[in-house]
Amino acid sequence: MRTARPFTVCLWALSLAAGLWVSGPARADQLLMARSMQAFPEAMLALQESLTHHGYTVSRVQRVDIGLKKMGFKTDKYRVVFFGKPKQVDELASRYPDLIPYLPLKIAIFAEGDNALLVTSSPLQLASFFHHPELKPVFEQWNHDIQAVLDDLRTSD
Amino acid sequence: MRLYTLIGILIVPALGLVPGASVAAPNGAQLFARNCAVCHGADGNGGVGVPLALPSFQSSVPDSYLFKTIRHGRPGRVMPAFTQLSDAQIHAIVEYIRTFAPGKPRHLSDKPVKGDPQHGKQLFAEHCAKCHGARGQGGEGTGVTFSRPRNLPIMPPALNNPGFLGAATDQMIKATLMNGRKGTPMVSFLKQGLSEQDIDDLVAYIRSFQEHPLHPGQKDFKTIKPTIVYDSPYDLKTTVENVKRAAIGRNFKLIRVQYLDQGLVPAGKENTHRVIVYFCNFNFLNQALAIDPRVGLFLPCRVTVVEHHGKVKVYAINPERLSHLFNNYELNKLCDQMHDTYRDILEEATL
Repeated sequence: MRTARPFTVCLWALSLAAGLWVSGPARADQLLMARSMQAFPEAMLALQESLTHHGYTVSRVQRVDIGLKKMGFKTDKYRVVFFGKPKQVDELASRYPDLIPYLPLKIAIFAEGDNALLVTSSPLQLASFFHHPELKPVFEQWNHDIQAVLDDLRTSD
Repeated sequence: MRLYTLIGILIVPALGLVPGASVAAPNGAQLFARNCAVCHGADGNGGVGVPLALPSFQSSVPDSYLFKTIRHGRPGRVMPAFTQLSDAQIHAIVEYIRTFAPGKPRHLSDKPVKGDPQHGKQLFAEHCAKCHGARGQGGEGTGVTFSRPRNLPIMPPALNNPGFLGAATDQMIKATLMNGRKGTPMVSFLKQGLSEQDIDDLVAYIRSFQEHPLHPGQKDFKTIKPTIVYDSPYDLKTTVENVKRAAIGRNFKLIRVQYLDQGLVPAGKENTHRVIVYFCNFNFLNQALAIDPRVGLFLPCRVTVVEHHGKVKVYAINPERLSHLFNNYELNKLCDQMHDTYRDILEEATL
């Protein structure tokens, strides 16, 4: 029968600490997520209204669930909402073309039972991708606005 | 005397000890709603995350397990690390989680369990591997109905995950094996005929995963570029056609072709030098959503062709870089696959 000696315990603790460090636990603030207690159609409407209220234009809604169903797959309601500020998108695309694949911004919204879940990546992540100092305030503003939109959805009923 | 007065002025308010002054305690309910409800459900009944309200779960885990799980998460298993929360905030969340089920958790000591890991390994293969995987890697997928049916009320946890091993004490693992978890497929192994010594051996084996933690798909994400870019020797129109052909040739269905600012500016006012080609492989999409429904955020697949100062470039996001956001090792494989597909499409379109 093996007994746990202090050295072994230390080794375990070290390997565990190393494991957590090496694997770089993904931080919770990299994805922005929210649960709306509203059913999907109402949450979808509230999302678009909130985006407009915060100064964004909704450019398109991708109906992911419709495409999946047409191809014979089962799925609940699932949409991706694209949005941006027209002048800002144009200027950013001109000055920072590498940013283009990330424009316009988007939020995925899908049904879970009687609720709707919303997910987007934190715009602050973009600051770690694109190191132009003048972009940082833009990403911070987007982050602030999206957090406000998600707060609207969390508290709407 | 003056020194003591100065210290008092500086320190006492900082500690919130001024008579009448109060520092608001963190609100566990609000913190839970903001940080946890999206996955675990507003009432703790589960979703992508485990059903925290389950009485058999509540009674078998100490507060320290909940605290450490919130703080460190589960690397590669969706549950992220809440590094941005203070200890006081996490304690408030733990306290709130405890309101989901009546009664106090079973008292468990921190005493390590002694057992024979070799015998435990044998028992694990016979009794545990079916659900938890041959190497304790856990069940596949993201959990309870996250917009799609699942056949288990919870996903069998990854016992080899450093987050789990760091949060769970030996006694907690032992108690779970002894008593099972009512309301989940986890049964009592005492009732299944194992002896307490067998269970100790199993605990010793599970604990031994710490010596060889698994980190599938682990890479240094910071070194990976967020965007895939290729120069095109063709004009914009030809390049767009090439992208469409290359995507279709790889079993993708063309969804739509549009200008970048379409829908943002009035029709007819779009910048026609930035063209997006959207395409999708629905089999792949369905597979990806089953692994992690949040990935729809980066769908449908998209390549953007841009003409700038007479030069044409082709852009795509780099899924390999973005996969890190989801904290899901299973998804990493698909993201790597998608990276290769984007690269191939861009290469072919600009050849």
